[in-house]
Amino acid sequence: MENNRLLEMRGIDKTFPGVKALQHVDFSLNKGEIHALMGENGAGKSTLIKVLTGVYTKDAGTISLDGENVSIHSPADAQNLGISTVYQEITLCPNLTVAENMYIGRGRDVITNWKKMNADANKLLTKLDIPAKATQQLANCSIAVQQMVAIARAVDMECKVLILDEPTSSLDEQEVEKLFGLMRDLKNLGVGIIFVTHFLDQVYEVCDKITVLRDGQLVGEYEIKDLPRVQLVAKMLGKEMDDLSDIKGEREAYHKEDADTKIFEAEQLVSDAGIKPFDFYIKKGEVNGFTGLLGSGRSECVRAIFGADRVLGGHVKVNGETAKIRAPRDAMKKGIAYLPEDRKVDGIIGDLSVRDNIILALQVMKGFFKPFSKAQANAFADEYIKKLSIKTASADTPIKSLSGGNQQKVILARWLLMHPEYLILDEPTRGIDVGTKVDIQKLVLELASEGMSVTFISSETDEMLRTCSRLIVMRDRKVVGELSGEDLTQSKIMSTIAGGE
Amino acid sequence: MNRSIFKKITGNQLFIPIMALLLLAVINLIVDPGFFKVNLGTNNAGNPVLSGYLITILDYGSELAILAIGMTLVTAASGGQDISVGATIAIAGSAMLRVLCGTNPRPDAIQAPIIVAFLVACLVGMLCGAFNGALVSVFKIQPMIATLVLFTAGRSIAAWINVNKLPIVPDPKFAYFGGFIPGIPIPTTVFIVIACIIVITLVLKFTNLGLYTQAVGINEKSARLNGINPTFIKFLAFVILGLCVAVAALIKVSRLSTINYSVIAKDIEMDAILAVALGGNALSGGKFNMWASILGAYVIQFLTTTLYKFNVQSDALAAYKAVVVILLVFFSAPKVREYIGDFFKKLKAGKAEKKENKGEA
Repeated sequence: MENNRLLEMRGIDKTFPGVKALQHVDFSLNKGEIHALMGENGAGKSTLIKVLTGVYTKDAGTISLDGENVSIHSPADAQNLGISTVYQEITLCPNLTVAENMYIGRGRDVITNWKKMNADANKLLTKLDIPAKATQQLANCSIAVQQMVAIARAVDMECKVLILDEPTSSLDEQEVEKLFGLMRDLKNLGVGIIFVTHFLDQVYEVCDKITVLRDGQLVGEYEIKDLPRVQLVAKMLGKEMDDLSDIKGEREAYHKEDADTKIFEAEQLVSDAGIKPFDFYIKKGEVNGFTGLLGSGRSECVRAIFGADRVLGGHVKVNGETAKIRAPRDAMKKGIAYLPEDRKVDGIIGDLSVRDNIILALQVMKGFFKPFSKAQANAFADEYIKKLSIKTASADTPIKSLSGGNQQKVILARWLLMHPEYLILDEPTRGIDVGTKVDIQKLVLELASEGMSVTFISSETDEMLRTCSRLIVMRDRKVVGELSGEDLTQSKIMSTIAGGE
Repeated sequence: MNRSIFKKITGNQLFIPIMALLLLAVINLIVDPGFFKVNLGTNNAGNPVLSGYLITILDYGSELAILAIGMTLVTAASGGQDISVGATIAIAGSAMLRVLCGTNPRPDAIQAPIIVAFLVACLVGMLCGAFNGALVSVFKIQPMIATLVLFTAGRSIAAWINVNKLPIVPDPKFAYFGGFIPGIPIPTTVFIVIACIIVITLVLKFTNLGLYTQAVGINEKSARLNGINPTFIKFLAFVILGLCVAVAALIKVSRLSTINYSVIAKDIEMDAILAVALGGNALSGGKFNMWASILGAYVIQFLTTTLYKFNVQSDALAAYKAVVVILLVFFSAPKVREYIGDFFKKLKAGKAEKKENKGEA
C-alpha cells in the first residue's frame, strides 16, 4: 500500500492577513485513486489546491511526490512535476482547434509539425474515447467535451496528479456521465485524481476516498464505504448527529386574522439558472427558508421568485392574484424585496454614497420624475444609519469604503426602507460579526411579528433553525423536502439534505 | 486642518479643469496680456459685436460644450464613447438644409420655417442616437465599435440626403444662430449653451437621470436588481446625445449657412471625449460631473485658440493636443497619483524631521 502513495502533503499551514486559511492540514493521494475534497465555502479547499499548484506558497509543511520532497513555487513548477488542474471555467482558447489547445505553449521547436500534432491529438482523443476531432474548433464542442480536452491536455503532459476543481457545475447529467467515464479510465491508467465538488451524489458515484476540511482544518480522511452521506454532511457542517441544540428564541408569531393568507405562491417556477421547477408559497408573517448545501440551488430559487434570473416558466400568484414577474422591477412593484447573496456583484453600487445606496430601491419605486429632495434623502439615510447602527463617516461616504458587514447593513436598509410585504434575505449575515448576526435575526423575527413575510437563506443551519418556522430542503438543484414543526432539527435537516440510502 | 482643506480642493473633480484653465490663462497673460482684451466694434452689417480671443473661445467652444453634455451621459452609462458625433452632425445638418432649401440648392427663400427644420434635425439626431443606443444596449456591442458604423457611413449619408449638392440658406436670419443677433453684441451661441446647461441642470435636478445613469455605469447587475432597466438607461443616454448633436449641428450649419459634408465638425468626437476626460470623469463609466465636462470643453477650446494665436498650423494642432492628452492621462492615472502622494508625504516627513532636529539642537 505504501508504495502506492503518490502525493503526500503534511502539516500545511497558510495564513492570510487576519485569516488562518489552512492549519496543519494533511492530505494524501494514492495512484489510481479518485479522492474527493469536500467542505463548505471557506473550508480551505481552494487554498489547499492553490498551495499544491503553486499559486500560493505555503507557510509551513511539506509536500512529497512519489516519496521525494518537492518544492513548488509557481504553477509552472507544479506542471513540470506532473500536477495538472482543470478548473470549473474552461481556461482554454475557444477559437483555436482542439489539437492546438492540447499542444499550445508546450512545443520547444520553432516550426510546428501540424500533421504530426493533429495525428498525435487524434490518437489520444481516441484512446481516451473523447468525442472530438483534432482539427475541430474548440468552441464548437460542448462544455463537457471542452473540459475533456483540457483533461486530455493534462494527460498528454504525463500528469501524475490531476486536480478537477468543480468540473461538473456547468454540465448536464449525460455530460457528467461521460466525464466520469473518462475519470475512471484515467484511474485505471494509474493517475491520481483530486475531485472537488459540491454534489454529494457525484462523490458517491465516482470517488474512492473523501477528505473533509472545515474552517481551514482537517476533519478527516475516510473510505467512501465507511462514511454514509448523513455523516459526511454532519462532518462538513461541523455538527454531530446528536448535537440537537434547538435554540428556538421566544417570538410572538403573527396572529391577526389574515395570518393564513398566502402572500406569494409559485407553481412549477423555473429559471434559466439550471434549477428544476419548484412549488413554493409563503404566508403573511411567516419566516421560511431554503436550505441545502452550497450549489444546491437555494439562491437560484429565490432569484427566480424575484425575477433576477430569466424566468422560463411557471405560475405566480401574489396575494391570491395571478402576477407576471419578468424582471426585478415587477417583483418590487408587488412588494417583494430581495437582498442578494453576492453583495459585491449584485448588491452595492460601489462608487455611490451610502445615502444613494440606501434610497435607491425606494427611489426607483417612486418614479423617474420624482426624485427625493436632498433633505428627504438625508433624513432616510440618517434614520437607517441610526436604526441599524451602520458605521460610516457620513451619509456621503462611498459605500465601497465601508467594511463588508456595514455594506450589508446598507443594502438591508435599502430594502427595509421600501417596506416590502415579502422580504427575501439571501445570506444576510455572511461576513458579519456575531453580535450583529443576532441583531439581524432578531430584526427578522420582529418584522415577521409585524406581518412581513420573510424568506431567509443561510449556510448556517443554526441560524435557520432559530428564525424559520418552515424549511424547504434542496439537493442538487431540486426541492427534496419540506420541514416544519417537530421536524425542525439539525439531524432531520441533515438527513434530508443527504437523502439517498 | 490645512491639509484637509488642501485635500478637499485637490480632490474636487473641478480641480483639474480649473487648474488647466488657470495655467493656460497665466501662460497667455505672460506672453501677451492683450489676449484678454475684449473690444466692442461693429461687424459688416453695422451691428455692435464684441470681439477678442475670450469671445472667440466662448463662441467656438459652444458646440463642444453642448456635445460634452451628451457624451458625459453616454460615457457614464455605457462605459464607452460615441465616436460618430461628428458624422451625425453632418447628417442632422444636412437634413436641416434639405428642409430649409427643398430640392433646389439655391432657393430664393427658405422653404420651411427654421423651427421646423431644427425639429427635423433633432428627430434625425435622436434617430442616429437611437440606432447607436440600440446597438450598444440591446445588442451589447462595444460603444466604440457600434458607433463606428455611423462614424464611417455618416458623412456619405449626409451627402446623399442632399444628392451631394451644397445648398445655401438664403435667409440671413438663419445665420443668427451661429453668429450675432442684430443689436446684441454677445454671440448667440453663448445663449444657446446657457439654455442647454439650464435644461440639463433642470433635468438632473428634477429627474433621477443622474442617479440611474451612475448606478447603471457603476454596477449594472445591481442596478437591475434595484428595478432599474439598464438597457433603457443606456439607450436614453445615446438619444440625449443625439439631441445634443442636433443643437450642435444647428450652430455649425448656421455659421456658414451651408455645409461641407467631409469637413463639418471633423474630429469633434475626439475633442468631446477629451472634454469628458479633462473633466476628471472616468472613461470607463460610473460617476460623473456634468460641470467638469463642460468646463473641460472650454479648456480644449482655450487650448486650440491659444495654439492658433501662437501661429501653430492647423495641421500641427492635433500633435499639441496629443501632448496634453498624454499629460492628462498620465497625471490622472491612479498609479502616478499614488507616487505623487507618496512623494509629498516624504517631503513633509523630511521637513518635519528637520524641524525636530533643529529642536533638539
